Amino acid sequence: MKPGTRFALGAVLIVGSVSLMIVQGIKQTGTYFLTPTQLVARTEQDPHFFNIGLKVSAKVVPGSIKRDAMHQRVDFAISDGTKSFPVTYVGLVPDTFTDANDIDVVVEGKLGRDGTFHATDVIAKCGSRYNAVWQQSGKKT
Amino acid sequence: MTLLGTFALWAALLLGCWSAALALFGPWQRRPALAVAVTRGSYAVCAALLVATVALWKGIFAHDFNIEYVASYTSRNLPTYYLVSAFWAGQKGSLLFWAVILSIFGALAQALTSARHKLLLPYVAGVTNLVIAFFVSVMLFGGANPFERLGFTPPDGRGLNPQLQNPGMVMHPPMLYLGYISITIPFAFAIAALLARRLDTGWIIAMRKWALASWLFLSIGITLGMWWAYVELGWGGVWAWDPVENAPLLSWLTLTAFLHSVMIQEKRGMLKRWNVSLMIGTFLLSIFGTFITRSGAIASVHSFTQSDIGYFFLALLLVSAVLSFTLLYTRWPMLEAEVQLESLVSRESAFLFNNLALVGIAFSVLWGTLFPIISEAVRGTKITVGPPFFNRVNVPLGLFLLLLTGVGPLIAWRKASAANLRRQFIVPVASGAIAAAVLLVAGLRDFYALTALSLAGFVLGTVAQEFYRGVRARRSLHGENAAVALAHLVARNRRRYGGYIVHVGIVIYFVAFTGLAFKVKKEIDLQPGATDSIRSPFGHTYELTHMGVSQYERLNRQVSAATLEVRRDGKRITTITSEKRQYLDSFGNPTFEPSTEVGIHSDLREDLYVVYAGSPDGTERARFTVMINPLVSWFWIGAAVLTMGGLITMWPGGPQLRTPRRRLAVQSGYGVPLAGVAE
Repeated sequence: MKPGTRFALGAVLIVGSVSLMIVQGIKQTGTYFLTPTQLVARTEQDPHFFNIGLKVSAKVVPGSIKRDAMHQRVDFAISDGTKSFPVTYVGLVPDTFTDANDIDVVVEGKLGRDGTFHATDVIAKCGSRYNAVWQQSGKKT
Repeated sequence: MTLLGTFALWAALLLGCWSAALALFGPWQRRPALAVAVTRGSYAVCAALLVATVALWKGIFAHDFNIEYVASYTSRNLPTYYLVSAFWAGQKGSLLFWAVILSIFGALAQALTSARHKLLLPYVAGVTNLVIAFFVSVMLFGGANPFERLGFTPPDGRGLNPQLQNPGMVMHPPMLYLGYISITIPFAFAIAALLARRLDTGWIIAMRKWALASWLFLSIGITLGMWWAYVELGWGGVWAWDPVENAPLLSWLTLTAFLHSVMIQEKRGMLKRWNVSLMIGTFLLSIFGTFITRSGAIASVHSFTQSDIGYFFLALLLVSAVLSFTLLYTRWPMLEAEVQLESLVSRESAFLFNNLALVGIAFSVLWGTLFPIISEAVRGTKITVGPPFFNRVNVPLGLFLLLLTGVGPLIAWRKASAANLRRQFIVPVASGAIAAAVLLVAGLRDFYALTALSLAGFVLGTVAQEFYRGVRARRSLHGENAAVALAHLVARNRRRYGGYIVHVGIVIYFVAFTGLAFKVKKEIDLQPGATDSIRSPFGHTYELTHMGVSQYERLNRQVSAATLEVRRDGKRITTITSEKRQYLDSFGNPTFEPSTEVGIHSDLREDLYVVYAGSPDGTERARFTVMINPLVSWFWIGAAVLTMGGLITMWPGGPQLRTPRRRLAVQSGYGVPLAGVAE
């Protein structure tokens, strides 16, 4: 066998195993990333689509955050404008997590049959570098 | 000043387009005066953008809040050094920063490149000026002019985001930008070589240091980003495989592959097509990275300003991809390899596998990062992958690379003989085996950690052997003492031994990553005076006593600080303070959401990492998240070693080879560095 051919064999082996690892990795670790509307649509189509680990991206409904500092529990609602549902989470939430100005969150967890999303992780988008919107009054929004 | 700034931007745009048109379409090959004009065009663009830069900084330092950018990112009470960094804190400023730095690099490339490559230089100027013109157009036509004024003047600015008020954030973005930006120069050389049909190793020699500089900036920038995430974000890790982190990593990986594969082209005249493709790919990935971080096309924890300018970058990406690869296609036959691979057991082949592994990692990172978009387009459902995916794929590939890092320098060019293999491998393999044995005796059973650390031992054995043999050869040839021999060895063969030092730096990163697998985390809730404890993987017990919470004001913030007294194995070692901060504007009104400063006690073994999570009932009772992060300091040590190695490799002067000398290079592959043979 020529060295070039041998190398090609080795290359195919590497490329093949990388592809295999990628495919397997996505199969076994990929999670759905949905908006509330999509999630509700899925559960209506498929009654078994509850208690599956997934991520939901939405906005926190302003004024909906209830904090129970004693038990580190946070209840709030998320919405994408059309559908919304309650979320409950036990743990520390990031500093940027407030319901003051319509923040984007990604919640990871499971939607229970009771319609409440039981989050295992709450990620608030860190607001680094968003543009301030200036209004004529000189007030920031 | 804003009028001057905008005028300077227009001047830069027109000069850039003019000089690019002249360089790419003008008959300067026949009229040397035109070539000079192109070069001067580069200097003029640089001068115009420097004027714009001064204008923006002047606005920032004068607190001219009528300028929208100044009002959005600074305030009267912002410390001076953050006024400096406010220049690139926002999108508009960072575009200007990008353009001005690229123009400086472009001018330096014209001024510093040896006259031997003068046939490439106008093309280099043309490509660079086109990219600069693109950035200036985004500012002028994409609604991103940093000199835009408001219709009124706010009494104070908004201030800088607290998470950016960190020394790491002063340095991290510019370093990363420097890396990203400097990629354009080697890319411009590659395109120039294709355009000029000068496809020998000339272009590689002309741009080698630029590629190295770019690589070094990216490495430092990425590491500073890790440091910033570690000390600022409070989750106690350095890398989360977020798209924003992956973006610079992609360019770093392909650039690393390029730095290795060009050596094969220089020594053996192979891989010419691959090298040009890698350089084009690296540039495209840098633009792609800018696109995904700026467009919001991929959900990331870090939301940069999301605006339409992302689509300018998408357009640039597509246009430059089509143009570059079309050009490459038309020059394809000229890029024939001079020789064929002679043996699978050779340094060429080790480098080829190294390239495959690096590109494989880059591909898997790209695929994982894009998967939400791909899955949505193909299956209609967005599916994301996180750290488990990236770790699964990349840990084995990373370990394979680490193995090659040890193998590459040991194995001969062209074809390694059995004798060569025996002579070269005994010491490094023994050193790896000893590392494995010691760790097994010490009780380490984790498969990946054991593999990584044994391979680290193997690579360090390789490097030590190379240095030892080099010093020994010089001692017997020149009769120098060990220290002098070592200094001369490195000074005379900077690229080779600088490269080995970089390898040591990389090994240290691997060791540090291994440590992260053993982190411990505990949430504690303490009344003042109460104590809780946490046990570290090294077997220490830390006892933490809550000393109370104090409230005070600083220049631009209110602070409530919780302090813990730390005892390790019963002995008091330090106190750690973690803070909650509320930033204020100069009228005392709160700005931004409250933020947290973590407290860290660091030593070479492990970091004690404390996050004050607030009080559950408004008293001094406090909650803390406490972590023990083993070996984290080694990331920063690895970065220092890597930087040192990179600088040695790039240091100017020293013996230069005019043309690659393949015959001598073959000899030096056997590990006998001859005096005066620069590798």
